[in-house]
Amino acid sequence: MMNRQKLEAELSYKFEIENLNAWFSSKQVLKHINMKIKEKAITAIIGPSGCGKTTLIRCLNRMHETIPDAKVSGRVLFNGVNIYDKDVDPVQIRRKIGMIFQKPNPFPMMSIYDNVAIGLKLNGVKDKRKIDSIVEKSLRMVGLWDEVKYELNKSGASLSGGQQQRLCIARALAVEPEVLLMDEPTSALDPISSAKIELLIRELAKDYTIIIVTHNMQQAARVSDYTAFLYLGELIEYGPTRQIFENPKNELTEKYLTGGFG
Amino acid sequence: MKSKTSFSKIAYLKAKIEGDEIFRIVSALFALTTILLVGLMVYELTRGSWLSLQKFGLLFITGTTWDPVFTLNFGALPLILGTLTTSAIALAIGVPISIGIGLLLSEYVPKRLGFFVSFMVELLAAIPSVIYGLWGIFVLIPFLRNNAYPYIQAVLGFLPLFSGPIYGGGVLTAGIVLAIMIIPIISSVSRDVLSAVPHSQREAVISLGATKWETCKIVMSYAKPGVIGAIILGLGRAIGETMAVTMLIGNKFKVLPSSFFDAWYTMAAIIANEFTEATSDVYVSALIHVGLTLFLISLIVNVIARLIVWRTLRLVKGVSRG
Amino acid sequence: MDNYRIRKLKDWLMRILVWSSLIIAMIPLFSILLDVFLNGAKAIDMDFFLLPTPTVGEKGGIANAIQGTLITLGLASIIGVPIGVMSGIFLSEYHDSKLSQPVRFINDVLSGFPSIVVGIFGYVLIVSVIGFSVIAAAFSLALIMIPIVTRTTEESLRMVPVAIREAALALGIRRWKTIIFIVLKGARKGVITGVLLALARIAGESAPVLVTMGYWRWWFSGLNRPASNIALNIYLFAISPFENWRTLAWGSALFLILMILGISILIRVLTRGKYE
Repeated sequence: MMNRQKLEAELSYKFEIENLNAWFSSKQVLKHINMKIKEKAITAIIGPSGCGKTTLIRCLNRMHETIPDAKVSGRVLFNGVNIYDKDVDPVQIRRKIGMIFQKPNPFPMMSIYDNVAIGLKLNGVKDKRKIDSIVEKSLRMVGLWDEVKYELNKSGASLSGGQQQRLCIARALAVEPEVLLMDEPTSALDPISSAKIELLIRELAKDYTIIIVTHNMQQAARVSDYTAFLYLGELIEYGPTRQIFENPKNELTEKYLTGGFG
Repeated sequence: MKSKTSFSKIAYLKAKIEGDEIFRIVSALFALTTILLVGLMVYELTRGSWLSLQKFGLLFITGTTWDPVFTLNFGALPLILGTLTTSAIALAIGVPISIGIGLLLSEYVPKRLGFFVSFMVELLAAIPSVIYGLWGIFVLIPFLRNNAYPYIQAVLGFLPLFSGPIYGGGVLTAGIVLAIMIIPIISSVSRDVLSAVPHSQREAVISLGATKWETCKIVMSYAKPGVIGAIILGLGRAIGETMAVTMLIGNKFKVLPSSFFDAWYTMAAIIANEFTEATSDVYVSALIHVGLTLFLISLIVNVIARLIVWRTLRLVKGVSRG
Repeated sequence: MDNYRIRKLKDWLMRILVWSSLIIAMIPLFSILLDVFLNGAKAIDMDFFLLPTPTVGEKGGIANAIQGTLITLGLASIIGVPIGVMSGIFLSEYHDSKLSQPVRFINDVLSGFPSIVVGIFGYVLIVSVIGFSVIAAAFSLALIMIPIVTRTTEESLRMVPVAIREAALALGIRRWKTIIFIVLKGARKGVITGVLLALARIAGESAPVLVTMGYWRWWFSGLNRPASNIALNIYLFAISPFENWRTLAWGSALFLILMILGISILIRVLTRGKYE
């Protein structure tokens, strides 16, 4: 117990978010967000619909600004580097920070193999043996390898919902990111598949920093090490999951956790 | 909190020249090529017409002589009239049929059968103009000359339009074939416009006890501008139609034909018929001038048609949303 | 009661009229197809495919016309398809650009131009410099292809879901690579359909060929010279007084119709394929 706490104290912050604001046209959806995200931990972001959870993580891989009329201000330090610095290339950022979407979106026009390999191929990796080994490694990591190893040529869309989501995770892992951003990854899946993915997330946390947005409080309680509660674009409370759930310091947090609203 | 390993932003630096920017510019350039080509077309057509423009100016459109041999005087008025007349005949015959098909596809026929029917009508559009001409010469003309025109003349011969010698080809024949050729476009656009009328409109009338036909009348009045747009599109197509017309109309330059059964000429037909044989520079220039005139008329008609159709589709869809 | 019966009668009458309009439209369709098949079949034999255009009285075929047509269509595709596909990509992927409206409008307008006028453009631009040639004809035909390919490419690309683009972006793949290797790949069926549609259209175009290439009786002998063309030959043979040429006209028409029908069927097969 003591060693773990010491280890945790020594782990650095993967993200340091400083005064982050975000807009959709003139509507402000994130207000003065300040938080530091621990490396190789699972951080859950919870809150009622429309509170800005998805926007927050989309600001972390510079996806929010790809929407027309969207704006961002503030600093996000990733490994100490402000990803919003004008000299920084967002494309390279996104290679280090992967994203899993709510609805599984494997590429239907490609095989399972190509789905996992495409990130590598289009980023210049040409050695077929290297690609083969990374594909196998990624599929093993998500527990799909044994299920699909003889059917790697089948279309990416031919799998079940849970398998598709795991394929998307494998696809993201193949480009060797440091962080995985997950936007309600299990909300479109059945309970069994959801459970499998939650187990997978805990496995992955040994090597990756994971930030998971979820509208399911129980999932946050089960899976995460830290929890952040967002309400109407503001960060209301943020701390170790156990503390947030057992002893919320803010009235709003308590209200939300006891099902008061949303 | 200090980071264990320090990264500098060099790892994520933007390249000086971005592949994305280049691609965007390249694809924009390709897209601009079309605009460039159309502009170039206008320029080149004008350049080619220059001799004729210099000699005849705007009087070209009102001139009624075509003499490539002696006086080298050229005028396009009969050609314009011929184009408009054959197109008018095409519309008179083709529009009722096309709207009937449009209604059929939109109101009377279930989706699956509708696909099949649309396919058959689209086949009409797939047949090249030359083959319409070929069929026209060897099948339609004999049929009309022997089995149709004599009876029409028997009934309507008192009118100057239907009197006169029948040889099978001529203005009416060209108009008939044009009508067949414009059916696909008018009917498919009509069908689109009619289908776009929101169901709520139909349901409102049906719940009042209207018959199918009465419902159709309501739908048509709602989509009237769009159907008009479809008709104008068909007109645009008929104006530009070349090969079938030149094979059937007789290719005789005259101010006015003596009847519907008489031979005549259109702008497109004279170009097709005389371009490769044109000897003098003025002659060629006059033909290009005809082409320029055809281009301008067709452009105006098509632009008007597109604007009407676009606006109607947007209007109809807008109401159904709100 | 009487009023109701009149309304019912009108309804019944209009129903008959509406269905008759379809039947009336189908009569010429079947007549044309029937005549082309019957008369064209008479012209088809081995010589038809092996021999070039005959002179008066000789036996001949459309071998050189097939060759010339394929070369001309091929060159037209080389010019028209890249421009059409890239324009379609631009209109679909960069649709927030200020250029989009004018480009789309001009494309629509271009598709409505009389083909003879496009042919004259090719004449003034190229024939006046090089002379009657395959290049001039291919150029004019390409101009007819471009709006068709642009429109179908744009429509096909738009059908690829946004989620696919987001997934690719989130993987850190550059936008242009996303467009070419992922989005375009997903739309390839639609794009190919568009190209085939355009090919079917220009295969039958004879007006622009007439004024940019003219009549050619021999084999292909260079891009800067004319070549034989199936559609154009139909026109010239049909109006000629020679019996063997008229027979060839029907035969060529059959060949052309089969070619176009073949492409149409290919398109239906492709589009029925898989529903994503």
